[in-house]
Amino acid sequence: MSDWVEACATGDIDEEDVMRFDHAGRTFAIYRSPDDEYFATDGLCTHEKVHLADGLVMDDIIECPKHNGRFNYKTGDARGAPVCVNLKTYPVKVDAGKVLIRIG
Amino acid sequence: MTAITSSAASPRDYSLTGRDARLALENGLAAAEWYHTEIPRKQMKELMQRSDQPAIRDTVIWLAAFVFSAAGGIWFWGSWWCVPFFFAYGTLYGSSTDSRWHECGHGTAFRTQWMNDAVYQLACFMIMRNPVTWRWSHTRHHTDTIIVGRDPEIAVMRPPDLLRVVLNFFGILDAWHAMIDMVRNAAGVISAAEKTFIPEQEQPKAIRVARIWLAIYLATVALALYLHSWLPLMLIGLPRLYGAWHHVMTGLLQHGGLADNVIDHRLNSRTVYMNPISRFIYWNMNYHVEHHMFPMVPYHALPRLHEMIKHDLPAPTPSILAGYREMIPAFLRQLRNEDYFLKRALPPTAKPYREDLHNDNPVAAAAE
Repeated sequence: MSDWVEACATGDIDEEDVMRFDHAGRTFAIYRSPDDEYFATDGLCTHEKVHLADGLVMDDIIECPKHNGRFNYKTGDARGAPVCVNLKTYPVKVDAGKVLIRIG
Repeated sequence: MTAITSSAASPRDYSLTGRDARLALENGLAAAEWYHTEIPRKQMKELMQRSDQPAIRDTVIWLAAFVFSAAGGIWFWGSWWCVPFFFAYGTLYGSSTDSRWHECGHGTAFRTQWMNDAVYQLACFMIMRNPVTWRWSHTRHHTDTIIVGRDPEIAVMRPPDLLRVVLNFFGILDAWHAMIDMVRNAAGVISAAEKTFIPEQEQPKAIRVARIWLAIYLATVALALYLHSWLPLMLIGLPRLYGAWHHVMTGLLQHGGLADNVIDHRLNSRTVYMNPISRFIYWNMNYHVEHHMFPMVPYHALPRLHEMIKHDLPAPTPSILAGYREMIPAFLRQLRNEDYFLKRALPPTAKPYREDLHNDNPVAAAAE
């Protein structure tokens, strides 16, 4: 069963930035792209379990704050060492100023 | 600064597959959560911002200095006038590449990734560090900084091998080991230690690079033999020896004489104020506590980061000379007592060290 969960308000995240969202013992990263779209991924880097919400968003890339591993946060693709394993992504929708993610 | 003797029970085992590697895992020192100074997200974002402009400017100057010094060395080859040119060329080749390798490996020097990759590959070749192996070893260095048995980049182990340190000012042992590693990798062999930090899927890349490099060195030697001249080797290979002095001089200061097996970079890393030429060669890695605490911050923003968090850090060492004045006696002391280290005092404005996390509670020797 999949549920849409309210993660934050649209204004909670700056453009080209990321924030952390914890829910039911899990942690996620919610992104706002430079063209004002929202995306969601697992919150921890697949390399060493560091919170990606402390990292840097550049265009469609999130860079991990610990070892600078890069992912495309729209697709979850790992973009080279030291990350080798893709990031899980989640569907996102915006409804009445709220960012909702569907957690499978 | 306080001098401390810690309570380590027995001599250190620096092997990445040995006793201390297992102990680090058991004690929670591996992949631990490290202390960092609190910085508001907005300011952190500003510090982390990438820009091509500073690194392009520095790289144009850097490459121009290479061309000028090499041209002078070739032009005056056979006379003493070539010496200052090769001194400059060697320092660029054998020292400035240490910081270029490092910063571009982090991917922070340029905003454009291919520029980071291009300078990274060039610098790795010159400093004789396999770009695959060292990318992964440096990842481990940041995860487990100066954790015995985990960090593959501990420059001075305890007790210090001072002969090795001195020889490395001329690149002798580092280059020798680099050559052995290159030949071994070119033969398709990845060592047991390398396997502990290079993922399996990355290992063929290390082998491929080693084979390309070996071909370049063989071609250089062949050219030198053909020309009956040392000149090709003065330009490729040997500068790693005669130009190593600056990167060893600055590199030893990063962690030398400080604590090991702690999870607070304020205890095991050193920030040193330096002259502008050394900072250009070193790309601001003299702000080493700041770099380890926030590796996402590009080299050109480290002075700003330093100003922002210095209230929470030990006072910076005021000069390279001052750094050696505290480090050399510590090394000598460690010859007799390898548990000895320098504990850096914090200013009153700083958050105190979490002594419960660190191994220096049973202090046997206090300030000298």
